[in-house]
Amino acid sequence: MKSMGRLAAALGAGIAILLLWQGAVTLFAPPPFILPGPAAVARRLWLDRALLLDHGLITLAEIGLGLVIGTLIGIGAAIAISASRPLRRILLPLVIASQAVPVFAIAPLLVLWLGYGMASKIAMAAIVIFFPVTIALADGIARLEPGLVDLARVMTGGGSPRGRRWRLLRHLYGPAALPALGSGLRIAAAVAPIGAVIGEWVGSAGGLGWLMLQANARAKIDLMFAALALLAVIALLLYRLVDGALRRATPWANSTDILKESEPT
Amino acid sequence: MTVPDGPAAAGRSPAIVISGAALRFGDTCHFAGLDLTLDGGRTTCLLGPSGIGKTSLLKLIAGLPAAGLSGTVSAGDGAPLAGRIAMMAQRDHLLPWARLIDNTMLGARLRGEAPDESRARAILTRLGLGPAIDLRPEALSGGMRQRAALARTLYEDRPVVLMDEPFSALDAVTRHRLQEVTARALAGRTVLLVTHDPAEALRLGDRVLVLNSRPGALREIEVPGGAIPRDQARGDFAAALGRLFESLGDGGAQG
Repeated sequence: MKSMGRLAAALGAGIAILLLWQGAVTLFAPPPFILPGPAAVARRLWLDRALLLDHGLITLAEIGLGLVIGTLIGIGAAIAISASRPLRRILLPLVIASQAVPVFAIAPLLVLWLGYGMASKIAMAAIVIFFPVTIALADGIARLEPGLVDLARVMTGGGSPRGRRWRLLRHLYGPAALPALGSGLRIAAAVAPIGAVIGEWVGSAGGLGWLMLQANARAKIDLMFAALALLAVIALLLYRLVDGALRRATPWANSTDILKESEPT
Repeated sequence: MTVPDGPAAAGRSPAIVISGAALRFGDTCHFAGLDLTLDGGRTTCLLGPSGIGKTSLLKLIAGLPAAGLSGTVSAGDGAPLAGRIAMMAQRDHLLPWARLIDNTMLGARLRGEAPDESRARAILTRLGLGPAIDLRPEALSGGMRQRAALARTLYEDRPVVLMDEPFSALDAVTRHRLQEVTARALAGRTVLLVTHDPAEALRLGDRVLVLNSRPGALREIEVPGGAIPRDQARGDFAAALGRLFESLGDGGAQG
């Protein structure tokens, strides 16, 4: 019942935006190559559905693979940062520098090195994604409740130090940091399309970003809007997918979740 | 299945000798030059006003780092203390993602030992948590959670047990019942119980000590007769409780 209500509210908001859009087009009557109406965009979505689907799948694959690779790198970096102080001194500045340089600035390099295909876009998405994952997970590991830190110290006192760190990570620090990792992953899922689309703008032969550039150059603004709408849908679905998976993976953390209410009850 | 109460041989529970314990923050000295011996196999209860450093004293014995804390701790039998201590705090510190049975066996997992599931089940069942063995902590009441923390402490099966206000967050009835369970389960071990509750100290302590405020000094309170957990209905219990309250009032600048 509750989820139906939320769905209705979301639909209502969507319809309101469409009405405003249509109203603005009717009222100000801009030329269609500046702002097409929603009806024109819907028509284009339908007419060019095969083309949009082709390019949408390319972008989706780039984002998806970028998400997987970026997350793995992020988790690895967070564990390395948490495990050893010297490693943290070396890695943390690198991690931060990787974000201080805008992705736009490295995009041409990546295209040069990895080619016009999907590899450079996946790399770009991974660069955007790994940072929130690394920081969130490292933070979650560092913030283990002091009482638990003490408890673990007393429990392992006098025991064999071999593999102690790994066991602490596996049974205590890791699971305790899962909700924090989840926050990082949610941000990652939301920003993932940025990397892929920028990569497509800089140099590619396919994908929604590429399609938008082509459509723009040919003043097919309705197609550009259609690609944009599809990108938004992909981003939303991806977020819901990641969010749902995290919810199932960390049920104990949901009570403190801002999105808790959206869970069907 | 039976679970032995107390360590196999109570004689193995060592005395603990604390000497020259001091707690200083900048210019503030909570206590210094404090000497204390916890009798082997007995329960010592430590009372005192909030913020005087009782928890810090407990950390010193446990070998945990704490700012401003110094002093030496050794076992009466001369062997190292590390690996012979179990600890239980006011908060249950149960892992929210783990079932009770897994929470109970956490120590074994962290030490890389094979977890002994049948022993953990037996302890949980004995503490009345049998039906909750496969539940996560969020499904439990405060009293059950604290019993689960006790189960985890008992699973460790260490000769020395340090407890920091383990029952203070519980309602009176639950607390009373849990004190009894705890006293029976920990008999024969060297126990230090830090508490705010004078009645609890007199029910459970072979010895009762009061740490009074700055600069801290220890004072021993005469305990009433009777087997632990002591019967509060006895006449000398009320008298001892009166003396204890008086002693807590003295020099308790913080009231």
